[in-house]
Amino acid sequence: MSETTLRARDLTLGYGSAIVTRNLSLALPTGRVTAILGPNGCGKSTLLKAFARLIRPVSGDITLGGTDIRRQDTRALARRIGILPQAPLAPEGITVGNLVRRGRTPWRGLLSPWTQADEAAFTEALEAVAMTALRDRQLAELSGGQRQRAWLALVLAQQTPFLLLDEPTTWLDLPHQIEVLSLMRKRNRDAGTTVVSVLHDLNLAARHSDHLVLFGHGGSLVAEGPPEEVVTAANLATAFGLRARIMPDPVSGSPLVIPL
Amino acid sequence: MKRWALVILLLATGTLLTLAVGVRDVPLAALWQAILAPDPQNPDHVTILWIRAPRLAAGLVAGAALGMAGSVMQALTRNPLAEPGILGVNAGASLAIVLGALLLGATDHGMMTALAFPGAALAAVAVFAIGGGLSGDAGPIRLTLAGAAMNALLLSLVHGIVLMRADTLEVARFWVVGSLSSAIERPVGAMSLVVLGGGLIALAIAPRLEALSLGSSLSRGLGVGPRMAQAQALVAVTALTGAAVSVAGPIAFLGLMVPPLARRIGGHVLRLELLAAAALGAAFLLIADTAGRLIFAPAEIRAGIMTALLGGPVFVLIARRLKPGEQA
Repeated sequence: MSETTLRARDLTLGYGSAIVTRNLSLALPTGRVTAILGPNGCGKSTLLKAFARLIRPVSGDITLGGTDIRRQDTRALARRIGILPQAPLAPEGITVGNLVRRGRTPWRGLLSPWTQADEAAFTEALEAVAMTALRDRQLAELSGGQRQRAWLALVLAQQTPFLLLDEPTTWLDLPHQIEVLSLMRKRNRDAGTTVVSVLHDLNLAARHSDHLVLFGHGGSLVAEGPPEEVVTAANLATAFGLRARIMPDPVSGSPLVIPL
Repeated sequence: MKRWALVILLLATGTLLTLAVGVRDVPLAALWQAILAPDPQNPDHVTILWIRAPRLAAGLVAGAALGMAGSVMQALTRNPLAEPGILGVNAGASLAIVLGALLLGATDHGMMTALAFPGAALAAVAVFAIGGGLSGDAGPIRLTLAGAAMNALLLSLVHGIVLMRADTLEVARFWVVGSLSSAIERPVGAMSLVVLGGGLIALAIAPRLEALSLGSSLSRGLGVGPRMAQAQALVAVTALTGAAVSVAGPIAFLGLMVPPLARRIGGHVLRLELLAAAALGAAFLLIADTAGRLIFAPAEIRAGIMTALLGGPVFVLIARRLKPGEQA
């Protein structure tokens, strides 16, 4: 597994002439849960999109198992890296089951029918997010938390060893945020999936991740490593300009941020 | 299953009405005889075999093509108002044929029919490009406006050319508003093969279009490149629309009315939706054509006018449900 690391090498990202990330080299630890953190506009989502090959780097490259992902077959890559973007579009009137089935797209040939493997992955994905009973309901009728679980099931049905999530907890209330993060943790434990999410809540990220990547204003990499090394008063001051006191979370022991 | 039975019932109804009903009503018994033991002396048999059977074939081919083209366009653009008539693809095919007739002297029918395809393709690509459809982020309003403008422009050019050639008014009118009345002169056999090909492409790429409809980011994450899928869908739309226009002239609103119903029958599985859209499109066109022949008999209301009469209110209904600026 460690041979197949998702890695950025000397990566520069931007839109047109606006550069958001400059000369970044970073390896995402395989088989772990990683959270990407930083202030708004620091290029977190842009980096995640680059890892999923949704945008082309200005320079540098991203490799998976040592090979540039831009030189790998699109469909083969979609069997290894799944991404849930920030605001996917739901076709009007679609049911949960129908949505989740679409996660099997990269595994299906042009003319091949729905196989047993497809059905197994589909059923398992619905079960993983506890949506089996709601599979015939329309997505639009569900609550925000249930909808997000349906989208998660879609990328789980894709059965990729790498799972990238762009702000999966935004718009959700606290219990549902925790639910989503716990689901990802469970997936990581059960299937060894490498999970990489862009998150905003420092405390939740510290509590539910093995590895943190912290960016500052202007897109510079401030720190990366285990939560207790990354979430420090000095790093938060550099990244966010935030004065904070850090203490161990009395429940989990992970660092807890108290803004001053 | 009940829903599919309804689809088949509608198609059978359309087929029987087309063959049996008209200025000369033919009893069902004579219909069987005409098929099993045709008698060239029997006026009923002649009506069925030489007038109504070609009409039936044209209706099946054009209706199925427009139903599927509408479904592909709506899936591609996430726009419930997308269809070959409203977005000007019909008009593009029509204009190309009329222009060809003007320049080549209306002698070569085969050549003129072939012109429908580049005409449809150019109009489709232009509308998708102007409407922002190629970047995958066009709202329904923008694309529909671009299509309406293109449709008006192309059809007024068709009008202009047709009015210059008053000598062949009846033939020329065919290219402004479609009809099944010229079926016997049209290349129905060849076009049925094109529709078959276009339909098979549509069925093959249906899962890709389903992925694309989740937005371009998620689509790429699922291994479906938006540009490739769009190009394949435009090939299917061009083949289907070009063939339909070659057979029946520009028929609007059929591709608008059929897909929402087909979607319910297919349960949001695009492959099933396409099959339902083909059957429903053919059934609706045949029923609209029969109604047009009966209302002011012996005068005929053109099938393209009948579908517009029915489709206009449907358009208003769908448009009222759209919220401005929504990505649908």
